[in-house]
Amino acid sequence: MARSKVYVPRETSAVSVGADDVAISIARCSKKSGEDIELIRNGSWGASWLEPLVEVEVDGQRIAYGNVAPADVRGLFEQGFLAGGDHAKRLGPTREIPYLSKQQRWTFFRAGLNNPLSLQDFLATSGFKALEKALTMSGEEIVDTIAASGLRGRGGAGFPTGIKWRAVLEAQAEQKYIACNADEGDSGTFSDRMLMESDPLCLIEGMAIAGFATGASKGYVYLRSEYPLTYRIFGKALELARDNGWLGKNIQGTGFDFDIELHLGAGSYVCGEETAMLESLEGKRGIVRSKPPLPVHAGLFGKPTVVNNVITLASVPNIIRLGAERYASYGVNRSKGTLAFQLAGNIKRGGLVEAAFGVTLRELIEGFGGGTASGRPVKAVQVGGPLGAYIPAEQLEIPLDYEAFAEIGAMIGHGGIVVFDELSNMAQMARFAMEFCAIESCGKCTPCRIGSTRGVEVIDRILAGEEKENNYDLLVELCDTMEGASLCAMGGMTPFPVRSVLKYFAEDFAPHKGGDA
Amino acid sequence: MRIALDYEPGVTSALVARHGGRPEMLIQILHGVIEHFSFVPEAAIRQLAEELNLSRADVHGVVSYYDDFRTEAPGKHIVKICQAEACQAMGSRALTQHAKETLGIDLHETGGDITLDPVYCLGNCACSPAVMIDGRTYGRVSEEKFDELIGALNDTAAGNLD
Repeated sequence: MARSKVYVPRETSAVSVGADDVAISIARCSKKSGEDIELIRNGSWGASWLEPLVEVEVDGQRIAYGNVAPADVRGLFEQGFLAGGDHAKRLGPTREIPYLSKQQRWTFFRAGLNNPLSLQDFLATSGFKALEKALTMSGEEIVDTIAASGLRGRGGAGFPTGIKWRAVLEAQAEQKYIACNADEGDSGTFSDRMLMESDPLCLIEGMAIAGFATGASKGYVYLRSEYPLTYRIFGKALELARDNGWLGKNIQGTGFDFDIELHLGAGSYVCGEETAMLESLEGKRGIVRSKPPLPVHAGLFGKPTVVNNVITLASVPNIIRLGAERYASYGVNRSKGTLAFQLAGNIKRGGLVEAAFGVTLRELIEGFGGGTASGRPVKAVQVGGPLGAYIPAEQLEIPLDYEAFAEIGAMIGHGGIVVFDELSNMAQMARFAMEFCAIESCGKCTPCRIGSTRGVEVIDRILAGEEKENNYDLLVELCDTMEGASLCAMGGMTPFPVRSVLKYFAEDFAPHKGGDA
Repeated sequence: MRIALDYEPGVTSALVARHGGRPEMLIQILHGVIEHFSFVPEAAIRQLAEELNLSRADVHGVVSYYDDFRTEAPGKHIVKICQAEACQAMGSRALTQHAKETLGIDLHETGGDITLDPVYCLGNCACSPAVMIDGRTYGRVSEEKFDELIGALNDTAAGNLD
C-alpha cells in the first residue's frame, strides 16, 4: 500500500498556533500505530482561522481537518483520518471549503499545494515556465505585456508596474538592480510573508523576469526581521534555485546572469518606504531620500533600480505565462487583476483572500470573514495599514478599487483589512496613529518628526476636555501641515486615519470616554 | 534562550569576512553580532568601523537608528507583544497590561530573566493578538496562554539548574 500523504503547514501563522507540535504528534502516532505516512510540510492555503489545517490525501483528493491540536491527533488516528475518516474536526475536501473555492487565485495559485522547497513540485505546477518564455522575448515585449496587464504596484502606492519597468529598461547604465520590498510593516498585512513562505520560488521567478526585462543582473530582497521563519524558508529557496541553475551565471544555459541577495531589516517601519529601504540596503540608517531623482533613474547605489513589492513581482510569472489579457479580464476600471486581501483584527474568519478588484468591503468582511470574532457589530475598518483611513460600518458597500478609495480619502494600500468592533474607541486609534508616527518617523523632515509628537499632545488635551474647540482646530491644522509638507507617506498620510476619526467617530473624542481600544 | 557571552573580536572579524568586508553589509553583520552576543558592545562598534572602513559615527548611527540593535544585554528571554492595530482590535492593550503586571516590569524593561518589548506587527494579524518569545511567533494569545508560555520559560530555567 502506498504511504498516506499528510500535510501540515510550515507557515508562521500555522506554526504560531501549534502546527509544529501537531506535526510531531502525527509523526509519533504513525510510528506507534505502524502506519507508514509521508509527512509533508506544505505552505498555507491562507485560511488562517482554520490553522493548524491538516490534510490527508485520499484517492488523489485532499481532505482537510481544521484547528487540529496536538491533543486531537490520537483521536484522528483512531477514527481513521488517514483514509479520510469522520471526525469533529473534519472539513471535507480542501478544494470545497467555500472560503477557498470562492477566491480567484492568481498570485497565490500554488500556495498551500506543496512543500514550497520542492523544486520538483514547483516545476510540476508550471514553475519557471514563465521565465523560460520570457527568456525568448525581448525586454520591450515583456514590458509591453506587463503594461498591457494593467498590473499596479501592490506595495500600496498602486503605480503602474509597466511604466516603472520601462523607465529602467530605457535607462543607460552599466549596472541596474531589482529591489524587492518585503518590509511588510503595515499592521493587518501578511501576504508578502505568506507568499514567501508558501511559494518562494514564484517570487524568485518574478524577479528574474524583471531582471531580464530591464537589463538588471542583480536583485535584492529586503525582508523585515520580524519574519524569522520567512527568512529561513526564502534563504533555502535561493540556495535551491542557485544549485539548480535557476539563479546565478548563465541561467539554464541561456547566457542570462541574475542572482538575488537576501537582506534582513532591523525593526524600522519607515524602511518600507522605497527610498529609506534603498538606504538600508546600502547598510545605512533608513532615512528617506528626497525625490527626484526617482529610484528608476538613481536608486540603489545610485543605479537605475526597479523597486517592487513582493506581490507585484510574484504576480508577474502568470501574466507572462497566461497572457496580459487574462489578467486584465479580472478587476474593474483602472484596478485590473486580483489582490490578495488580508482579513485581520476582530474578524471571525481571518486570513488571506485573493479576489478580483471590485469586490466590496462587505463581501470580504461578511461573506468571507463572517463578521467580527467577538460577534458584536463592526464599528470601523482600517484598510491599507496604519496610514489608512478608518471606514465606518455604513460604508462597507464600497468596492475595492484604487480610485473609489481615493475618492473618499482612503486607500487600499497593500490590501490589509483590519476590523474593529463596537467596543473600540476610535479616538484612541487616532492617538495611536500619531504615536506610531512619532515612534517610527525617520526624523528627516520636521512635520513628521515634530508634528506627530504634537499630535499626540493635542489629542490628549482634547480627550482631557481642555479648550476642546481650539484644540480641535489645532489638530486639523496640524494634519494639514503634515499632509502638505512631509517628505514621504509616513508623515504625509498619518493624518488620514486621524481625519477619518474626526469625521466619522467624533463622539469618541468626548472627554473621559477614552476606554481601551 | 540567550546567554550573554564575553566579547570576542574574532567573532566579529569572521562575520565581516563572511560578508566580504562590504560596508553595505553592516546591518547584516550587526544581526550576526546580536545573534552571538545578544547585544552590540561598544567594542564591536569600534571594530566594525575599523574593519569596514567607516567612521565610528556611521556605525553608531546605524546601531542607534534600528530597534533591533540593543546596546545593553537583555534578559535571557525576550518577550515582544504586538502593539499594532490588528492586535489592538483583539485586545493586545489589555494583554500588554496583564504582562506588565504579572512580570512586574514596563515595556522596554528587564526583570529577572525576561525583557519585555513592544513590537509593531509580526505579520500574524489573522491570529491576533500575537506575541514573539525568543524569536518564535505565537498567535491567539489569551492571558491564560501568555501565562502558560511564560511558565514554560521558567520551567526551562529551573531545569537548567539540574
